[in-house]
Amino acid sequence: MSETATPPVLELASVTKTYQVKQGMFGKPKPLHALSGVSLRLNRKDVLGLVGESGCGKSTLAKILLGLEMPTDGRVLVDGREIAPGERRLLARRIQPVFQDPYSSLNPRKSIEDIIALPLLVHGIGDGAAREQAVTRMLDLVGLPARVRRGYPSQLSGGQRQRVAIARALIMKPEIVICDEPTSALDVSVQSQILNLLGDLREELGLTYLFISHNLAVVEHLATRVAVMYLGQIVEEAPARDLFAGPRHPYTTALLESVLTPDPSLSVPDTHLGAAYPNPISPPPGCRFHPRCGKVRDICRTTPPPRVEGPEGHVDCHLYSAAPTH
Amino acid sequence: MARTIDTAAQQIRTASPAALLRRRIFGHYGLLFGIVVLATIVLIAAFAPLLTAHDPYTQDLLARMKPPFWMAGSDPDHLLGTDHLGRDYLARLLYGARISLAIGVIAALISGLIGTAMGVAAGYFGGRVDLVVTFLINVRLAMPVVLVALAVVAILDGSLQVVIMVLGLLLWDRFAVVMRSSVLQVRDLEYVNAAKAIGCSVPRVILSEIMPNVVNNLIVVATLEMAHAILLEAALSFLGLGVQPPTPSWGLMISEGKQMLLFEPWLIAIPGVALFVLVLAINLLGDGLRDVSAPENKG
Repeated sequence: MSETATPPVLELASVTKTYQVKQGMFGKPKPLHALSGVSLRLNRKDVLGLVGESGCGKSTLAKILLGLEMPTDGRVLVDGREIAPGERRLLARRIQPVFQDPYSSLNPRKSIEDIIALPLLVHGIGDGAAREQAVTRMLDLVGLPARVRRGYPSQLSGGQRQRVAIARALIMKPEIVICDEPTSALDVSVQSQILNLLGDLREELGLTYLFISHNLAVVEHLATRVAVMYLGQIVEEAPARDLFAGPRHPYTTALLESVLTPDPSLSVPDTHLGAAYPNPISPPPGCRFHPRCGKVRDICRTTPPPRVEGPEGHVDCHLYSAAPTH
Repeated sequence: MARTIDTAAQQIRTASPAALLRRRIFGHYGLLFGIVVLATIVLIAAFAPLLTAHDPYTQDLLARMKPPFWMAGSDPDHLLGTDHLGRDYLARLLYGARISLAIGVIAALISGLIGTAMGVAAGYFGGRVDLVVTFLINVRLAMPVVLVALAVVAILDGSLQVVIMVLGLLLWDRFAVVMRSSVLQVRDLEYVNAAKAIGCSVPRVILSEIMPNVVNNLIVVATLEMAHAILLEAALSFLGLGVQPPTPSWGLMISEGKQMLLFEPWLIAIPGVALFVLVLAINLLGDGLRDVSAPENKG
């Protein structure tokens, strides 16, 4: 792992989040481990792509980073300093979200201007005129015409709404933007516009992104590093080019195989994963991926895999452990 | 390339939400009827002294039970006749509108404040708060309103203030139920999460992000509860436990006319029709507001 002198701008240290799930009226609530010991480091100006199936804990991770949920265990560090529960407003100045669905992430009762200026208002930055100028600047930055400022979200298209959401996220000049599937609710033609916009803004403003997506094509487009998540655990992390060129974990391989190609004659790719996503309330013993893994061995069924550190990342899999049992 | 906008979305539809709302209101005849009738009744109540020269309390025992203008033997000085104490029936009807409206508005306001606070707290915070509020709602729903109101008024003696307080403290259940479920629907939407992530305080999230999106439901419930309170006041007054004579109240007028039901039916019919029209107007208004503000018919 490339150790730098400066601490990572954002770090998760073995973060665990457990929800209590009720089992009927009289059943004892059972714990659901949405995240089990997730550690992630986000270096300045990196774009960390976080990929995984629905329900693997990606969005829970985003909520914890945004201060919307408290981790059950583990620590969240910004610039190497731990964030205490009461410091959410501090966090909000540096970490801003762009959510998945631009149709529900903008308050339908507020004008575009009010939506974009809300962060400034909440943190008491600038007077009315300064805020108005800031809104004008942000609209220009995200490529929206100035006349939308008095409009309402219902008057905008999905792509325009997502631009408004980006403008709102960037008006506070944050360092980190958490993008939770920012393009999955948009038309394909608009997706690339938003991705290009995010890419341009990153270079222009020196932003750091945590880019959550289930779409590997989107992640490949933007990410510098990629973390693969399965059932609340990071199973592989590597620089993007390495991961796409040579995936190591069998789950990563399956995910890469699942990307649809434009050639219809190839039909839907077979990932060999089967359809069953395990129940997170009772995860499988041993390696959590073993019931769906094509390369499963006996040890996978009983022993959780070790973390195998590579030169620039890690993979959690018995296949790569020091003493290969063949 | 990234900074240009798709051309189809280039033109912004000109209709703002306010303009859309205006268009929908003027296309809804039930709502318009409710607004017009209710506004008329409010104006009548406000300007009652200008509309009749008679005092609703002045008795004239020589001119008792004068029939209204459409019946034989009517007195042109008393358009709607006089009651059993010779008081002008039109004056009592006009001044009675004040009592009905005051009770409806103030009782709905009190119960609205109580119910909204409870419902929003339950919906937003969930967990224990929700359990407590749901329990209180269930307790309240298990109480028969009329019987409790009767008992309380019987103990405290009927007066306008007591009736308003009793109704205000009893009719909050629907506010709480509706607000709780409305807030539950809204609180997990992404714009609420966005506001929290931006750093909004809890009161700001509730007041400026959640409330504007649930206030439609609140207004609809408020109109229904207003009608409910007016009818309950009339019922209590009819039973002799509401507003006390000689205050002009429509319920009381019906009550005082009931002995003459078979001989002078207009004594009951006139305040009865007034009550019916007022409640109908309020209900039409509430129904219309719900139709107009329902998100599913966004046009």
